[in-house]
Amino acid sequence: MKVVLEHLTKRFPNRNRKGDDVIAVNDFNFEIPDGKLIGLLGPSGCGKSTALNLICGLEKPSDGRIFFGDKDVTNLPPESRGVGMVFQNYALYPHLTVRQNILFPLQNLKGEDKLSKEEMEKRALEAAELVMLGELMERRPRELSGGQQQRVAIARALVKTPGILLMDEPLSNLDARLRLQTREEIRRIQLRTGITTIFVTHDQEEAMSISDEIIVMKDGVVHQIGAPQSVYDDPTDRFVAEFLGTPAINIFDGEIKGGNVLLGGDVIGHAAGVPGGEAVIGIRPEGFKIAEDGPMHCDLGRVEVMGRDTSIVFTHTSAQGKQLRAIVDATTVPATLRESAGAGSEGKVSFTVNPFKMYFFDKTTGERILPKGENR
Amino acid sequence: MKKDLKAWLFLIPAIAFLGVFMIYPLFDVLIYSFEQGFNFVSQSFAGYGFYNYRFVLSDPYFLQALKNTFILVIITVPVSTGLSLLISLGLTSIPKLKELYQTIYFLPYVTNTLAVGLVFMILFKKTAYSDGLINLMINAFGGSSVDFMDGPYWAKMMVTCIYTIWIVLPFKILILTSALSSVNPDYYKAARVDGTSRARIFWRITVPMISPMIFYLVITGFIGAFKAYSDEVALFGVDLNTAGMNTIVGYIYDMLYGNSGGYPSFASAAALILFVIVFAITCINLIVRKKLVYEG
Repeated sequence: MKVVLEHLTKRFPNRNRKGDDVIAVNDFNFEIPDGKLIGLLGPSGCGKSTALNLICGLEKPSDGRIFFGDKDVTNLPPESRGVGMVFQNYALYPHLTVRQNILFPLQNLKGEDKLSKEEMEKRALEAAELVMLGELMERRPRELSGGQQQRVAIARALVKTPGILLMDEPLSNLDARLRLQTREEIRRIQLRTGITTIFVTHDQEEAMSISDEIIVMKDGVVHQIGAPQSVYDDPTDRFVAEFLGTPAINIFDGEIKGGNVLLGGDVIGHAAGVPGGEAVIGIRPEGFKIAEDGPMHCDLGRVEVMGRDTSIVFTHTSAQGKQLRAIVDATTVPATLRESAGAGSEGKVSFTVNPFKMYFFDKTTGERILPKGENR
Repeated sequence: MKKDLKAWLFLIPAIAFLGVFMIYPLFDVLIYSFEQGFNFVSQSFAGYGFYNYRFVLSDPYFLQALKNTFILVIITVPVSTGLSLLISLGLTSIPKLKELYQTIYFLPYVTNTLAVGLVFMILFKKTAYSDGLINLMINAFGGSSVDFMDGPYWAKMMVTCIYTIWIVLPFKILILTSALSSVNPDYYKAARVDGTSRARIFWRITVPMISPMIFYLVITGFIGAFKAYSDEVALFGVDLNTAGMNTIVGYIYDMLYGNSGGYPSFASAAALILFVIVFAITCINLIVRKKLVYEG
C-alpha cells in the first residue's frame, strides 16, 4: 500500500509556556510507493520518530493529511489503520511467551474478523517461521538474544498482515555484528512479504544499505528524498552532503572565480558555468588522489592503513574542520609519504581532486550551487 | 581464624541487642505458652502442658476476637487493594490536578490514627445532640437511625472495616501509582497499535506488570490486618470485649495488661496461635505467588 503525506505538520507546545511551539514535523509532502523499503534518516531529535508516530496514528497531526492508498486515515486510530509497528525497545510483553506475544494482536480481533483458535495458531506459526523463530515459541522474551527479540517484534507486527510496517530505530539496540545480520534479515522479510516498510534511523550507513529510498530530514524539515546512491552522489544541500558518508565529507571555505575553484589561492579544479563568488566547497574523502605535482597542497597529519584503502589525515588552511581525511587506494601511496608521516616531521602532501566528488554550497543558506542551466 | 574472631567482635553489639530484644523474647513466649498455672506474683508454675492453648481456644472472648479478626482480614484486604488499584489507575489517567488529588488521597497516611477516630465519631457516633452525619443522611433518605458505635454487631463491624480500609488506602495508593508509572509506556503503545481493548490492556498487560507490587500489598495487608488493634481502640475504646469488637492482638493485650490482665501464659498461647495463622497464610500466599505473579 502506498503512503501519501500532504502538508503533514506536527507542533508541540513549548515546555516553558512563553516559548514558541516546537515544530517536530514541518509540512511533509511526499509519496511512499507501494512495496518499498524506506529509510527515514536524520540526526537525533529531528522529528523522525514523530513522523513515524503520525503515520502510525499514535500522534495526531496538527495539520495536513495522511493517505494509505486512496484512503484518508488522518483521523483514524492506529488499530483501524492496518499498520504494524516495531518499537525501538521491541516492547515485547515480558510475561508472555513468544507464542503468546505473536498471538496477542490476533486475539484482539473482534466481530467479523474474529479467528478460530486453529487459524490463530496457524498464522502465528507462519509469522514465526517467516522470521525463523519456529523453535523458540515457548520461550519468554528475556530468554532470547537481542536479535531474536527483534524478530519476535517483527513477527508480532506482521501477524495481522498489515498494509504497512513501521519500525522505530530497529537496529539501535543491537551490537555491531548483529546489526549487520539483522538489517539483511529485515530486507529479506520485506522483500518476501512485499510490505511497504518505513523505518527510522539516525545511522546513515544502515539506511543506505537496505533502503529503496531514503528520506533525509533535519529539524522537522525534509531535505532530500531519493535512492541512496543518488542522494549520496547528488546532495541538495550542505546538510545532506555532510550527513551522508563515512568518513564525512571535507568542508572548505573557497571561492569560485571565472570557472575556477580557488582554495587559499590555489586553483584546485574547474567549475564551468558555476556562478562566481565565495562558496563552501565539499570534497568527499574518496575524491582525492595523491599527485606530487597536484594543485592542492596540504600538511600531512598521519597515514592510517586500512588494508585495501589508506586513510590520509591532513590539514589545510582553508578547511572548516580541524582534520581532513582522504581515502586513497593503498597502492597509490608513495613509501616516502608513509615515512614522513611516521617521523612526525612537517610532511607535505599534494592531491588532485576528482570533480565529480566536489560540491559547492552557498555560504549562508547551505544550498547547493549548480552550474547555470543545470537543474536537479 | 583470627579474622573470624575479628568479625565476631564486630558483630557482638548487634547480636547482643537482637538477642536481648528479639530472640530471647521469642523463645520466652514459646516457653511461657507451655507453662501451666503460672502465677504472676510468685513467678512460679505448676508444670508444662497444653492447658494454656486449651483455655485460650475455648475462651469465648478469644473466639470472638478470632472471628472479628478474620472478618476484618477477609473484607479489608481485598477491598482496600482493589480500591487502591482503581484510584491509582484513575490518578495516573488524569493529566490535570494529579498532584492535588495525590495529596488528598495521601493525607490519611500522615494523620494520627486517633484524630481519624475522632472524624469517625462525628460521622457515626450517636450523641445526645446528634445521631452522627451518616445517620442524618440515612434519615434524609427516609431510613431510621442505626447505632453504629453501640448497636448491632454488623453495624460496628462495618464501621471498623471502613475505618481500616481508609487508614491503609493511602500507602497502597502510593505504592501502586509508582508501580503503574514504572510500566514502560511502549507496552501500551504497542497494545494500542494492535487494537487491544482497554479491559484487555488492563488485565493482560497492566495487572501482570504490576503484579509483584499488588502481591506485596496483599501479603503485608494480611499481616497488618491480623495484627489490627489500635484502629478498634480508636473507635470503641479499650474495653473491646464488652463492645464485642476485640481482635487477637487486643485479646493478647488484655491478657497481659487489661482488666483481666496478669496472664502472660494465656497471652503467649494466643500470640503463638496468631503466629501460626499468619505463618500459614503467608505460606499459602507464597505458593499462590509462584502461579500468579510475573517476576520481572
